[in-house]
Amino acid sequence: MLTFALRRLLSAIPTLLVLLALAFALIRVAPGGPFDSEKQLPPEIEARLNAAYYLDEPLWQQFGRYLGGVLRGDLGPSFQYREYTVAELIGTGFPVSLRLGGLAILLALAVGVAVGTVAALRQNTRTDHVAMAVAMTGISIPNFVLAPLLVLLFAVTLRWLPAGGLGDGGPEHLVLPVIALALPQIAYIARLTRGSMIEVLRSDYIRTARAQGLSSREIIFGHALKPALVPIVSYLGPAAAGILTGSVVIEQIFGVPGLGRYFVQGALNRDYTLVMGVVVFYGVLIILFNFLVDLAYRWLDPRVQL
Amino acid sequence: MTGATDTLAAAPRGRSLWDDAFDSLRRNRAAMIAVALMLTVVVLVLFGPLLSPYDLYSTDWDRISQPPSVSTAHWFGTDDVGRDLFVRTLYGGRISLLVGLAATAVSLLIGIAWGATAGYAGGRIDQLMMRVVDVLYAMPFMFFVILLMVFFGRNIFLIFVAVGAINWLDMARIVRGQTLSLKKREFIEAARAGGVSPVNIVRRHIVPNLLGVVVVYVTLTIPQVILVESFLSFLGLGVQEPMTSWGALVNDGAQVMETAPWALMFPATFLAVTLFCFNFIGDGLRDALDPRDRSAGG
Repeated sequence: MLTFALRRLLSAIPTLLVLLALAFALIRVAPGGPFDSEKQLPPEIEARLNAAYYLDEPLWQQFGRYLGGVLRGDLGPSFQYREYTVAELIGTGFPVSLRLGGLAILLALAVGVAVGTVAALRQNTRTDHVAMAVAMTGISIPNFVLAPLLVLLFAVTLRWLPAGGLGDGGPEHLVLPVIALALPQIAYIARLTRGSMIEVLRSDYIRTARAQGLSSREIIFGHALKPALVPIVSYLGPAAAGILTGSVVIEQIFGVPGLGRYFVQGALNRDYTLVMGVVVFYGVLIILFNFLVDLAYRWLDPRVQL
Repeated sequence: MTGATDTLAAAPRGRSLWDDAFDSLRRNRAAMIAVALMLTVVVLVLFGPLLSPYDLYSTDWDRISQPPSVSTAHWFGTDDVGRDLFVRTLYGGRISLLVGLAATAVSLLIGIAWGATAGYAGGRIDQLMMRVVDVLYAMPFMFFVILLMVFFGRNIFLIFVAVGAINWLDMARIVRGQTLSLKKREFIEAARAGGVSPVNIVRRHIVPNLLGVVVVYVTLTIPQVILVESFLSFLGLGVQEPMTSWGALVNDGAQVMETAPWALMFPATFLAVTLFCFNFIGDGLRDALDPRDRSAGG
């Protein structure tokens, strides 16, 4: 297990390098710089600004400098918010996004697995058909359509919940964003769980367990659930990536001051270092998360060779 | 002589995989409803604008944010500068569907070429090519696409390329897997023994046999692509005014949903129904073409 973990970690290094190089190249070939403004800056000032941010060095040297910085956890100063470093901005935005995304994943797992299991147990009954039709609807309605509808219903019409912002940080401000973020994932996880649960329930050892007179509850929680969850665990990687992407829109819609908003604002302002910092941060996060998922996968299903 | 033809005619026609699949699909009521709905949407999007007296661009300052009405022929109402939403929703649909098809075609071409080559070549080449796919797979691509849109202007061609370039990864993986199992089959062996060149084996024998998987995958990719495009348009990074797409319309509608809910409802419904149909058709096709499930029965 340890060698496996080490090997997996080592194989993540080229992925990380490609990630950094791609982000770096993309931002550098982009037309327009961070100091573009209505007024043309005097050339000597522009030169001094460029020198201050090392923009006058050859590209490979800039990339080397950036890599070195990343290794030390230094993502450079933000071009837009002059008094902050990128690391500080990520530090303020990420806890908010993490709380949002973490809650969304937990909610998606809990509801998705429950709905999928119930649908599998009542396969081809009306409950099953309704659950799966709802799940398909959940997959088909993008969350940026769903979010305004949720606001319209619960915040504007019923006035049960606040429409946006974080307010004083009370939990009621998180309810709508978390639900909007989790719904598509709930739908995917419910469909996946149903499929794998049906397969597991058909297998011989479940039939044996039934023949021995175990109750349905014992069969499901004691024998069927763990193997049925294997595909769900491997879906957690894409799910996390989906939630990160989704949070960009959701944070925008609900006015949540998280990392996704920084990213969109940074991109629109050509804040190179901030945008790059967020992409790298998310990239590393996804790679790490996938690593953990692989470990969990192997623990759940020792036959897997990765 | 005649006897021989008679026996041939009387012999039951062979049932291909496609005949079975088609029958099975026809029995799938959800999928058939989805096909019918989908066709309706396509016909509406293509010919609907001809029915309306309004066009895509003209604004009517006397009729700002009007609710849907039959008497004014603004069947879906108007937006906040008095443009007809019926026409805009349907034109937006053309763009969304076009992006969906074009970007899927891009991912299809790259994915099939890459996957079939890797699978057929095998060995080191295969490992190298699939390693590239693995590495690219771990990239947060949505963020890169957003960057591309911001940096290089918001043109629609770039959306095709960007989205197509993301989605080929799945396609390549699926195609490679299929190719690996096809490669060991007798007819490929026979073609090789007959001296057919590797390029021709891939082109004439492997790729046509991948069609089943590919068709399923295409129907599931199109909605994903439409979703990505509307996601970008929603952020204001996709299609630009005065052109529009469903995502852009949903974005506009969401701004005014408290005073003019129709501006959100119609484009959102069209978008959701279209995605719904593609997903259902794809699901139905997968069930129909998946030989594993044949014994289990429907």
